[in-house]
Amino acid sequence: MLSDALKHKFDTVIARYPLKRSAIVPLLLFAQDEIGHVSDEAVEEIARRVGVRPIEVVEDIGYYSMLHRKPVGRYHFQVCTNISCMLRGGEEIFAHCAKKLGIGHKQTTPDGLFSLEEVECLGACCGAPAMQVNYDYYENLTPEKIDELIEKLRRKDQGSRIKD
Amino acid sequence: MRGNPLEVKILTRRFGLPNSASIDVYLANEGYQALKKALAIKPDDVINEVKKSALRGRGGAGFNAGMKWGFVPKQANKPKYVVCNADESEPGTCKDRVLMEYDPHQLLEGIVIAGYAIQSHQGYIYIRGEYRYLMEIVDHAIAEAYARGYLGKNILGSGFDFDLCTHSGAGAYECGEETALLNSLEGLRGYPRVKPPFPAVIGLYGCPTIINNVETLSNVPHIVLQGGDWYAKLGTPNNGGTRLFCLSGHIERPGIYELPMGFPLGRMIEEVGGGVWRGKRLKCVIPGGSSCPVLTAEEIDVPMDFDSLTKIGSMLGSGGVVVLDEDTCMVKAAWRIMKFYAHESCG
Amino acid sequence: MVDLIKLTIDGKPVAVPPGTLLIDAAKQMGIEVPSFCYYPGLSLQGACRMCLVAIEKMPKLQTACTTVVGNGMVVHTETPEVANARKAMLEFLLTNHPLDCPVCDKGGECELQDAVFRYGAAETRFLETKQHEEEKKFSSLVYYDRPRCILCYRCIRVCDEGMDVNAYGIGFRGAHSEIIPNRGEHLECEECGACIDICPVGALTSGTYRYKTRPWEVTYTGTVCNHCGDGCKTTLSVRNNVVIRANNRDHSGVNGEFLCVKGRFGWDFVNSEQRLTSPLIRKNGKQEEASWEEALAHTAERLQAVLAQHGPGAVAVIGSNRTTNEENYLLQRFARSVLGTNNLDHHRTADFSSLVRALTEAGAADRHATIEEIGAASSILVIGNDPTHQHPLIAYQVRQAVRQHGARLYVVNAGEIKLRRQASQYLQVSPRGEAEAVRALAGQVTASQDLCTGEAEALPTFAQALTKESDTVVIFGDEIQGQGVGDLVRWGLTLSGRTRFVALGDYANSRGAADMGLFPDTLPGYQPLSSEAARQQFESAWGSNLPTTSGRNLRSILEGIRAGEIKALLVFGANPVRTFKLEKAAFAGLQFLFVAELFRTETAEFADIVVPATSFAEKSGTMTNTCGQVQALKRTMRKAGTRSDLEILLALARLFGQKWPYQSSEDVLREIIALVPGYGIPLPGLLVGHAVATRPEGAPPPLERPDLVFSSRDSLFTSGTLSRYSWALNSVDEAKKPYGHAF
Repeated sequence: MLSDALKHKFDTVIARYPLKRSAIVPLLLFAQDEIGHVSDEAVEEIARRVGVRPIEVVEDIGYYSMLHRKPVGRYHFQVCTNISCMLRGGEEIFAHCAKKLGIGHKQTTPDGLFSLEEVECLGACCGAPAMQVNYDYYENLTPEKIDELIEKLRRKDQGSRIKD
Repeated sequence: MRGNPLEVKILTRRFGLPNSASIDVYLANEGYQALKKALAIKPDDVINEVKKSALRGRGGAGFNAGMKWGFVPKQANKPKYVVCNADESEPGTCKDRVLMEYDPHQLLEGIVIAGYAIQSHQGYIYIRGEYRYLMEIVDHAIAEAYARGYLGKNILGSGFDFDLCTHSGAGAYECGEETALLNSLEGLRGYPRVKPPFPAVIGLYGCPTIINNVETLSNVPHIVLQGGDWYAKLGTPNNGGTRLFCLSGHIERPGIYELPMGFPLGRMIEEVGGGVWRGKRLKCVIPGGSSCPVLTAEEIDVPMDFDSLTKIGSMLGSGGVVVLDEDTCMVKAAWRIMKFYAHESCG
Repeated sequence: MVDLIKLTIDGKPVAVPPGTLLIDAAKQMGIEVPSFCYYPGLSLQGACRMCLVAIEKMPKLQTACTTVVGNGMVVHTETPEVANARKAMLEFLLTNHPLDCPVCDKGGECELQDAVFRYGAAETRFLETKQHEEEKKFSSLVYYDRPRCILCYRCIRVCDEGMDVNAYGIGFRGAHSEIIPNRGEHLECEECGACIDICPVGALTSGTYRYKTRPWEVTYTGTVCNHCGDGCKTTLSVRNNVVIRANNRDHSGVNGEFLCVKGRFGWDFVNSEQRLTSPLIRKNGKQEEASWEEALAHTAERLQAVLAQHGPGAVAVIGSNRTTNEENYLLQRFARSVLGTNNLDHHRTADFSSLVRALTEAGAADRHATIEEIGAASSILVIGNDPTHQHPLIAYQVRQAVRQHGARLYVVNAGEIKLRRQASQYLQVSPRGEAEAVRALAGQVTASQDLCTGEAEALPTFAQALTKESDTVVIFGDEIQGQGVGDLVRWGLTLSGRTRFVALGDYANSRGAADMGLFPDTLPGYQPLSSEAARQQFESAWGSNLPTTSGRNLRSILEGIRAGEIKALLVFGANPVRTFKLEKAAFAGLQFLFVAELFRTETAEFADIVVPATSFAEKSGTMTNTCGQVQALKRTMRKAGTRSDLEILLALARLFGQKWPYQSSEDVLREIIALVPGYGIPLPGLLVGHAVATRPEGAPPPLERPDLVFSSRDSLFTSGTLSRYSWALNSVDEAKKPYGHAF
């Protein structure tokens, strides 16, 4: 079920454009932010709201690399290995993440906490090597910084579970 | 942000100020003065001033911005649109990010002036999906501008209306190409359109549209305020102004530096970037993002402007200067770049 | 007159209208510029880059499919640079394309294969492993082989723009892009198969054809589809007397490349194992196989017995909507001049008689629109019917008229038919309110309160808009019949310009059955039986007298059987038991029932004699589509044990001691051309495959009763009794959707 807040956001975003279908990609992202991936329900709902057929929404999802049809980890590690990062150890950072998390490209840990993806240039070339965890940037990475971050996120998750 | 005494700070002049993204800081530092000035003159005069400045597109193609605006039909019964291309995705490039992070109002002011120049009343800022935190910053700045009357109806009592909002991409390098971006903005897959017609005539929703890069538009307030001639003189002939260069790769002091157009590449690497890292020798340089043919160590005397780089068979591109040291495997570097283009379905 | 653009292509000057694409200009000169994504009539894609040509003064090669001609342009379509570029494009296309040509359905007729052959792109520098994916079953009729796909987008565009179904999309991106269907893993569409036909490679293959043959091992014969009344030309691919494919191979005829699901897949009833191949004679209450000689001799004897005992008034004949004009013509001759009865009719699905009558009365007998004229019309009025289902080609022509040159479509209908999407004005009326709507539009009556279910001002607005149109094509279904046709024609002719009309009849030769006089009161060519001159013309040609009084119409025949007044009934290619939902008891009074059929239908089950008829694929002759255009049917194969209605009738006539002068259907056609008004058509054009328009003119009697004309309301997936015997039409899930579903 999509939340009321999300539905309200849909309405605001759609109102920005003279052609409703312009809102498809932003709506997909917002839906994914809430659900964790783009569900069938979200596809149907967005198609209905902007007045297109569901297949047109599916076409967009396939095209844009940030949109996922299946759930990713709660913390989605997106490590850049493009040229500027590669020159400063981006591939090693990716390999370190993979080893540390025990997963490969586009895989998720069994507990659903972490997922890993090798991505293209994130626009953090001057802070290479860099990555994004969800939408947060981490730059000038070293294996040690990765270790610390993973620890921190694990603790944060436990904390939030106790609170729940 | 690292600084360097050789920099000529025009676009980045407010970057060091505390809370530089807020409208109050912007207003206290000549903010929205250019808009005031522009609204007092004829739209065509704004275009002429920009033409005079020799401002060329900072996205990569280097097309004269004033000329691009001039192609928009004066008489049209259709709405016109201004689209800001903030889909910065060219590997090696990260300058638009700081422009939006540290001085979003400078960009907004440029967009509103562009809107006035072509008599458009609606603008969109297409921000790449990964830059979600920037969208929040820019959305906040837009809200501030509306609240203070720099956006919306009857801006500064001039009778000119202009609305602006952000639009998020979701991961597609191809959408950096202007017609692909328009398709994406219309909710389609970001495939480039067949040209002609060009967007200035048939663009967003089939209406006349100008599409400019973040850095290009951020320059506009300075041109309006200080004059096209002043701006043109900052650079080399036909290559007006300064440019944000992103030094990355095997360089001692990676960073974004604002330097005059035509600044020699060799000096940029040595004097601004502190030379090749770890005391190594230079193997080659990618001068303007991964689409540009590489320059060997022997070619680095070249002045960094559009025409000089074209002359030696490369491109100034998007300002992403990637330095490769002597130990770099060129086959591997080429392979990585090719992998990128395959992933992004380009080329 | 606009000035032509003058340019030079491959050294030859050419002048074409402004806006012409280079690729089309070259084609006009007979120069073929290869292309995969470009397709005439569809939007431009600019995806494949095969059509690169060199244009002088342009720095790079340009795509001929997106470049518009300019004055003074000098174009070279085959320079070494161009050939090299094309070769390189092919090398790219082949990086992932499997080289399974020896087993690929498309091998031998593949555009990619042809291009590689032409440019010799035999070597590759790519050593990467090809990305393999298993083929996908989109539906029982459409399969997709991802690795073979070259992403030309033709299928997507033809489905969107040609069919208005939009069933395809493109998923993922770059080298992983693939065609995706609209319902997850499956297609939900009209199943027309246009995507398969238009696919330049073997990516989309047909569920009925795939892996069955090599294209050079079959014989191709152009003929006419046997389903609806639109008369699409189709090429049957036949191997060893089995039809294995239908497509309009040369894109000729009234339909160009169009075929619907029935035309492209629904021919398979021909191959059905349930086809009758031996005559059946009822012996001791059971139908048993018998020889043709025995069956026909027995038929003649039984008929002669009834005639002798009860007279010709006790015999009746029901004809077919699907047999040829020649067969229908002979059938009415047999009924009238051999049996001596006018108890002759067929299931009328449109009131063609009233249309001819009204146009003749108005002195506008030439106002029949052809299929082509519908596609070229600037204004179209569709009253009743659901052409998308019942007349797929006409619906396609209407969409083409709207899409290709901005025609305005006006729809009057009780339902929300799919063509409403193209309509600029739509008048929704109460069920069966179409005839009243016509009278109200004509200003004859004020529309009753509950006629228009939509907005109050809809009717006057609609009428007003139509008066601004000219050269309107008026298309109407069975909702308009009898007097209603007269009302419509008289009002239609008051509209400006050349208003033309089309009555929509259900089946392949519904129009021909009417034209050939399968009526109790009308002779061939809509000549009233009461006209002595008309009767005499046939009497002198046939050398026998014709019964002068009108016979029984179909309803009256059935009533006569029930009342015991009709003792013998001959049925050719019709299934009245199903059409009229009759019980066996209804036929209790019959002494003799003869049925000529392809299958053991409900009617055949009750028969004393059943003879196995040939299907449309196994005979020659002509058919007339619902617009009145005659086309030639060509025999493509033989079916052992069967005989055509023509052969059956000739044999029966012989047994009745008649010496008919016909050796073939062509002999009959010559007589039709000579004797039937409106059918004075040139034979050569017909024989080379053209659709030749007829111009019937006459004063047939008015429609006797309203329940004689009714459409079967077949959907895209049904075709009277025939569709029951088609595996293809029953295999698709869409066939289970309720009638009228818009895809």
